[in-house]
Amino acid sequence: MVTVKDLAKMEDLLLKGNAACAGCPIGVALRTTLKALGKKTIMFVPACCTSVVQGIGPGAAISVPLFNTAFETAASVASGAAAAAEILGKDVTILAWAGDGGTYDIGLQAISGAAERGDNVLYICYNNQMYSNTGIQRSGATPLGAWTTTTWTGKTEHMKDMGMILIAHRVPYVAATSVGYPDDIYEKVKKAKEKKGFRYIDILAPCPPGWRFPSDMTIRLGKLAIETGFWLLYEYEDGELRFNGYTKLVAEGKREFKPVEEFLRLQDRFRHLFEPKRRDDILEEIQRWIKERFEWYLSLAKI
Amino acid sequence: MSEDAIKYLPLSKPKIGISGKTGSWRIFAPEINYEKCVKCHICVVVCPEASISLEDDRPKIDYDYCKGCGVCARECPVGAITMRRER
Amino acid sequence: MSGRKVIIDTGNSAVAYAVKDAEAKVIAAYPITPQTTIVEKIAQFIEYGQMDAKMIRVESEHSAMAAIIGSEAMGVRSFTATSSHGLALMHEMLWYASNARLPVVMAVANRTMGPPWNIWADWGDAMADRDIGWIISWAANNQEVYDFTLISYRVAEDKRIVLPAMVNLEAFVLTHTSMPFEICGEETREYLPEYDPAWKLDPDDPIIMGNLFSPADTMKLRWDMWESMERAKKVIAEAIREYNERFNRNYEGLIKTYKMDDADYAILSMGTMGEEAEVATDVLREEGLKVGTVRINFFRPFPREDIIKTLNGVSRVIILERSSSIGASGQIMQDLGQSLLLEKMQLDVNDVFIGIGGTDVSYEDIVNIVKKAIKGDLAPLYWYGSEGW
Repeated sequence: MVTVKDLAKMEDLLLKGNAACAGCPIGVALRTTLKALGKKTIMFVPACCTSVVQGIGPGAAISVPLFNTAFETAASVASGAAAAAEILGKDVTILAWAGDGGTYDIGLQAISGAAERGDNVLYICYNNQMYSNTGIQRSGATPLGAWTTTTWTGKTEHMKDMGMILIAHRVPYVAATSVGYPDDIYEKVKKAKEKKGFRYIDILAPCPPGWRFPSDMTIRLGKLAIETGFWLLYEYEDGELRFNGYTKLVAEGKREFKPVEEFLRLQDRFRHLFEPKRRDDILEEIQRWIKERFEWYLSLAKI
Repeated sequence: MSEDAIKYLPLSKPKIGISGKTGSWRIFAPEINYEKCVKCHICVVVCPEASISLEDDRPKIDYDYCKGCGVCARECPVGAITMRRER
Repeated sequence: MSGRKVIIDTGNSAVAYAVKDAEAKVIAAYPITPQTTIVEKIAQFIEYGQMDAKMIRVESEHSAMAAIIGSEAMGVRSFTATSSHGLALMHEMLWYASNARLPVVMAVANRTMGPPWNIWADWGDAMADRDIGWIISWAANNQEVYDFTLISYRVAEDKRIVLPAMVNLEAFVLTHTSMPFEICGEETREYLPEYDPAWKLDPDDPIIMGNLFSPADTMKLRWDMWESMERAKKVIAEAIREYNERFNRNYEGLIKTYKMDDADYAILSMGTMGEEAEVATDVLREEGLKVGTVRINFFRPFPREDIIKTLNGVSRVIILERSSSIGASGQIMQDLGQSLLLEKMQLDVNDVFIGIGGTDVSYEDIVNIVKKAIKGDLAPLYWYGSEGW
């Protein structure tokens, strides 16, 4: 397992002085991802916050080659690039790097196609559970009850489970992680890098302006999401589903998930569930769904 | 007609500080108390701006670009970083 | 690969042979009638070891264009083909290819859009993409299908241009009709060398394509596309001349003129409609009418100068349009009108909408309509056969 000291020494390929918000999880997720992948990486980035974080041309805040592409095409453009890389005999990682909007919704078709064909693409979704770049609208990844600018009284559906969709495609590697654990991100990206075929990693990325929390809580919320079971740390590899970190401890019965309220209370996107009056109906539904989802994952993990 | 060649392509080159000296965004600035600091390097790893580097194994903040988010202060396990109001 | 030889095969096969001889390395495509046999034949070439390339069997046309944009950006010559609804679905990514300056080549089997479902030929599908910076040609026979595809690669990749190119061939009339044509085989390499990109994605020299640009800088980028397209007129003419010399063809250039030297009246068209008009020209000449035909080979860049030159001395132009811009006029009429305006020239013009939705058109129909037009009996904008509808 990589250590913090190892990570601290690695070169940064995401450059400082960029256009990201203060406390933006991209600063942890992408920085760590590129440390694991190194310079021989070519990025394909659809419309998302990362498109803007690069800043205004003719300069950009990144020092690997990067192709900005149309919203729904991260996986399809990357598929073509992967074919070209093979023809050229180039030893390079083709990285599709997208937000949840471009992954769960508009980009889903291209991902499914690339996954079914087994195109040699590493697809990483940094997931802040909404259309952040366009101003915090709801996406398929938005959880139940969350405020967004298109769900003012809270989303009425649960989040889509993209990891399961990719597992159903039986790709070589599917993983879920969180910016709360940079070392976990590093290990999973590194592992995915060495594999061939379509690999998918979903990084939970708490977003200060979107989730409405003070900018210093990004990592803390990344951890709390895991500790409450709101998000899971897992890997699906060679047909086997395994948990990591705190999620693993809960699966082994050594710990319990903290009540999800501890996580929800810290974000104003859930404030309307507590003020002016407690919405126990929604809070109980969220807690119930967390329990039910984890039980489902546990049953698959035993197979 | 212009000369016989292409002049403008939609290409950019890597650049540090593409959005200027983003340190000017700050309201609060982090301050490291080196007596408390145990050189765990967590702040270096979690800084969203990649603005903390190592000098003699000690963290050094690049105030030209630090946006004052406070993640380093929050994550420091020994409370060696405090956020001081700048303006 | 072997040398030049004449084969008898369909227009779709002509495309496949051209892509094979051009040594394109990444082909991504999604099936749609009547493009299907282009991609089927390329798949056969690859899987039976006659062509060294990768085929990505994408899950939609949008992904087809996206995929070859990705491969072209890596520095690999790429290709796709589509038709009608597939082209319409791809539309967003056609912009992407031209604005990103990626010289991909695409064959379009012109087929009318639905509803209703209709698999036959008109030009509407390609016409909807004429504004966005693609080099666009229209073939009238299978030899042109083959030749224009190779010339398109040569021109698109030319460092003075670097814009994508589209070759149009009409549904079934060309796609599924067999004709003799010559393929160039290994000799293609002397005409079309290995792809040398103007820019590419390479970790040894990292660049970023397409992040945010200011309005002023964006305008310069579009201006550069405009200038490159203007330059293309000269570059295409050069490329055609060299092609003629190497492979014994007789292409005139961006247009083909037929009996225009002493013509009083001109028929203006494209593709197979234009070739049929040449037959009509002969019939009309026998009846004593001094008619000539102008056929546009390259519609973008619009060969304004060539057309104006050949129309000198002509009193009436009859345009045969296999598409219309509903609410305005035909698209060829729009570009011709612009040309006449810029030259301060005046002519009588008849814009005839004919063959739309795949309606069959023979030289007799054309003879009919031209005679009416010459008599002055025809409205300026006219749907052929519409009396009594």
